[in-house]
Amino acid sequence: MTIGVLALQGSVAEHIKMIKSVNKKIDTVMVRTIDDLAAVDGLIIPGGESTTLRRLIEEFGLFTPIKERIVAGMPVWGTCAGLILLADRIEGESPCLSVLDVDVKRNGYGRHSDSFVGEGDFDGMYVNMVFIRAPHITRVGDNVTVLAECDERPVAVRSGNVLATAFHPEMTRDNRVHKYFCNMVEAKI
Amino acid sequence: MASKEDTKAANRKLLNRNLAQMLKGGVIMDVTNAEQAQIAEAAGAVAVMALERVPADIRKEGGVARMSDPKMISEIQKAVSIPVMAKVRIGHFVEAQILEAIKIDYIDESEVLTPADDAYHIDKTKFETPFVCGARDLGEALRRIAEGASMIRTKGEAGTGNVVEAVKHMRKMRTQIAEVAALQSEQLATYAKDIGAPLDLVRYVAKNKALPVVNFAAGGIATPADAALMMQLGADGVFVGSGIFKSSDPKRRAEAIVKAVAYYGDPAILAGVSYGLGAAMTGVDVESMTDAERLAKRGW
Repeated sequence: MTIGVLALQGSVAEHIKMIKSVNKKIDTVMVRTIDDLAAVDGLIIPGGESTTLRRLIEEFGLFTPIKERIVAGMPVWGTCAGLILLADRIEGESPCLSVLDVDVKRNGYGRHSDSFVGEGDFDGMYVNMVFIRAPHITRVGDNVTVLAECDERPVAVRSGNVLATAFHPEMTRDNRVHKYFCNMVEAKI
Repeated sequence: MASKEDTKAANRKLLNRNLAQMLKGGVIMDVTNAEQAQIAEAAGAVAVMALERVPADIRKEGGVARMSDPKMISEIQKAVSIPVMAKVRIGHFVEAQILEAIKIDYIDESEVLTPADDAYHIDKTKFETPFVCGARDLGEALRRIAEGASMIRTKGEAGTGNVVEAVKHMRKMRTQIAEVAALQSEQLATYAKDIGAPLDLVRYVAKNKALPVVNFAAGGIATPADAALMMQLGADGVFVGSGIFKSSDPKRRAEAIVKAVAYYGDPAILAGVSYGLGAAMTGVDVESMTDAERLAKRGW
């Protein structure tokens, strides 16, 4: 099994380390090109700046290949900026990949001074949640499952092969959300 | 058991270091007004540094360089959705209090401004806002981290368009990290004393073969090739000060440097983004500078 992390900018190394901690036998790939993408069974779009990531995705011809793979069923997981790129609607901006029936608002909690560590239930597991200039999920579509809430707000959602979290499991020492994604990829192979 | 206050402080420290991790592989650009900030954001900058004069102009015009007007910083905060950083003078903790009051995302305690204290840096643990500080070597980096910095950058020699000092500082730091990692545990206390760094942080470096925070390159980066050079030397990302808005075509240069940092290991892409880019900022020969002209000498 090979899991790729989109490696254009952001918390790439942290995600790779977490996947390796789930199971050393999982191959990890830093995805920067179409060829890199072709080699992966699942893709993580990491935290970072969504404006930077979307610009580079579009500029280097990765937009259509990534979207096609997701539509064809490849498991994908977006954290924070990744969630923004997956969403169908972004407040005040045009959507990017548009493969997840949710609306998001960038910097929903405010500036970095409003970043915080929360906690809550993620699909039956109690986890710490690191929110850094995180987006709000302001609408959840009918076929989207809410996997986690924090302060009565949805913060993790899933629709089929698409998983998204407003928080950063890669910034903790708890690899259970990564394990959850590895299981999604495993089930697809 | 840790008190609520302790947990809150520990979380803040974690979040501040984490924000720097989110900036990795990115370019932070100096901007002097809202229009430049928007150009930087559209080009793919991960953050902007709001300041009234870029280092090249501070160098040329002389005088005392201070924190920028909060009005100008607020205008930039309103103009962009990416994090906004701003500089305070070394040791000027009231300038830092003012920036915290306007909810700046990151404070740069910077040698580019005229130092306000010739002996001490700010006690950054007293602030909720994260700080980035310049360093020329491992000892300086660890002293700043001990004072509460959540992010380190090389000092380089700002406003020169000459990358030589940034290269020197990055190589020095990498070499010292490798040295520390090769030492036996009983040698660490002496090494810590020699470089003037706290022992617990030297132990951290020995164990992890890395700084406990993100380390960017800064000071003299003017071209996509300079930026990629710093990335290949092990930088986590780059600051570009005068290099963008002192060049002949800032928008294109900004875009090119963003792409060069993302694809720093791909010479074909680096050639493509460097092609027909127009004139870079005029450089300064660092060799011919006196110690008084060297901003990197500021900081203790």
